[in-house]
Amino acid sequence: MTVKTLLGNCTEPVIFIGRVASAVPLVFTRRGFRVREFLYYLDLCGARSVGIVLMICFLMGGVIGVQAAIQLQKVGSEIFSADLIGFSVLKEFGPLMVAMIATGRAGSAFAAEIGTMQVDEEVSALATMGIRPEAYLVLPKLIAMIIALPVLTVFGDAAGVFGGMLIGVTAMGLPAAAYWGRTVEVLNFTTFALGALKSVVFAVLITMAGCYCGFRASNDALGVGRGATSAVVSSIFLVVVADAVITVLYSFIGY
Amino acid sequence: MPADKAIEVQNVTIGYGDRVLMQNISFSVGKGEIMCILGGSGCGKSTLLKHIIGLYSPQAGDILIDGRSIVNAGEEGKRSIMREFGVTYQGGALFGSMTVAENVALPLEEYTDYSSSKIAEVVEEKLKLVDLGGFGTYMPSELSGGMKKRAGLARALALDPHLLFFDEPSAGLDPITSADLDRLILRLRDNFGSTIVVVTHELDSIFTIADRVVMLDKATKSIIAAGNPRQLLNDSPNRWVRSFLGRDGLKSSDETDFQVKKVD
Repeated sequence: MTVKTLLGNCTEPVIFIGRVASAVPLVFTRRGFRVREFLYYLDLCGARSVGIVLMICFLMGGVIGVQAAIQLQKVGSEIFSADLIGFSVLKEFGPLMVAMIATGRAGSAFAAEIGTMQVDEEVSALATMGIRPEAYLVLPKLIAMIIALPVLTVFGDAAGVFGGMLIGVTAMGLPAAAYWGRTVEVLNFTTFALGALKSVVFAVLITMAGCYCGFRASNDALGVGRGATSAVVSSIFLVVVADAVITVLYSFIGY
Repeated sequence: MPADKAIEVQNVTIGYGDRVLMQNISFSVGKGEIMCILGGSGCGKSTLLKHIIGLYSPQAGDILIDGRSIVNAGEEGKRSIMREFGVTYQGGALFGSMTVAENVALPLEEYTDYSSSKIAEVVEEKLKLVDLGGFGTYMPSELSGGMKKRAGLARALALDPHLLFFDEPSAGLDPITSADLDRLILRLRDNFGSTIVVVTHELDSIFTIADRVVMLDKATKSIIAAGNPRQLLNDSPNRWVRSFLGRDGLKSSDETDFQVKKVD
C-alpha cells in the first residue's frame, strides 16, 4: 500500500463526514427534511426490529442470569444478581446488542441500497439534478436511526432485565417481588439514559459506516456485496471501540 | 466551430487516478445542435460525458456550459449549473422506490413552487411527450428497458432544460425502439431548440440524429475526427474513421501505418 493510497483511505471518510455534516442544516430548510424517506427508515430500523431485539435481549438477560446464578450461589449472594444483570444489560449489553442487530439489519441495508443506486447511476442522477446525495440519501437514515436506536435500546433493556429475572426466579429460587424490588432499587433513570446515550453514538456510527461503504462500493454486483460486508465489519469494529471509550468516560464521571 | 456555443471543452485531460483516458482534447457544441460523441468500447465516451456534466473533474483543462466553467464553479455553483440541464442515463436511473410519476415530479418538487395539481399536470405532459402517458403509476421495475429510458428522459425534461445529455440511449434496445428514441431526440431539438449531446456507438442513430460528431480514439487518447458524420464517412483522411463509420471492421491499431490526424 503506497503512502498516497493510505492517505486517501484516511482522508476519504473524513471528507464524507464533512459532506454529511455540512448537509445537516438543510434539514431545517423547506424541502430539506424528507418526511417520507424518514418514516420509511424509521419503520425499517425501528418498528421492524422490535421483535428480534426483544427476543435477543431477553435471551441475553437469561444467559447473564445463568452465569450470575452459578457464581453468586457460591457466596450466597443470589439477590445481587439483580444488580449484576440490571447494570450489565442497561449500561453495556442492551445498547451493544441493539447496535449489533441494527448493524446487521440497517447498516448492511444502507450500504447495499446506496451501492445498488451507484450501479444503477441513481446517485449520479441525483447529483445532476442538483440534489446533494448526502442530504437526500444519508440524512433521513441518520435521523431515523438516532431516534430508533435509543427507543429500541429501552425495549431491549426491559427484555434483558425480564430475561434475567426469569432465571433469578426459576433457577435461583428468588422471590419475584424481591428480585423486582432490588432491580428497581438499584437502577434509575440515569442508568437507562446512559445506555440510551450510547445508542445515539452507535446510531451515528452505524449509519455513517453503512452509507460510506455504499458510496465507496465499486459499480458492480461484487462491489455492492463487498460494500455491505465492509459496512457490517466496520460498524461492529467502530461500535465496540466507541463502547469501550464511552465506558471509560462514564467511569471517569462516576458511572 | 459553431459561433454560438452551448458547451466548450477546452484542452481537457480525463482519466481515473494516474490512468489517462483522453489527453488535451478540445471541441465545442453549438446551441441547438445535436452532437454525438462516439468511439470504440472503453475509449472513454461515457467518462468524458461525466466530466462535461460535472460528475467528475478533469485532470487538466476547462469545460464551459453556456460560458460558465463547471470545473471551477465550486460545489454550489456546479449544482446551480446542473439544474439547468437534463441527463438521461444508460438504464434510465429511475429511483426504484418511487413510481414513474414520482420520479418525474422530483425535480419539480425540488425547484418549483408548483401546487401538487400543477406538478401532476406537468408530469403527465412530460410523460405524454415521451409516449408514456398513463404510465405514471407504474413502478420502474414494471417497465421495459426502452420505457425506463423514456421515463428517465421525461424526468430530465421536467424543468424544461435547453441542454440535454444522453448516455448510450440506444444501448440494449431493439432497432424499432431505438429508432423511436432517435425520432424523439430529433423532435426535442426541432420543437424546443434543445442542444443535445449523445454518447453512442450506434451508427444508425449517429447518421439519423447527429449534426456533428467527435470521434475518440483509445490508442492516441485524442479526438481523431470531428464533423458531420456523412462527410467524415466519405472524406475523412483517416482510414479508421471511414472504416468505423462504414462498418468495415478495421481495428484502431491497424491505423498505426497511417498518419493519425488530430482534429481540434
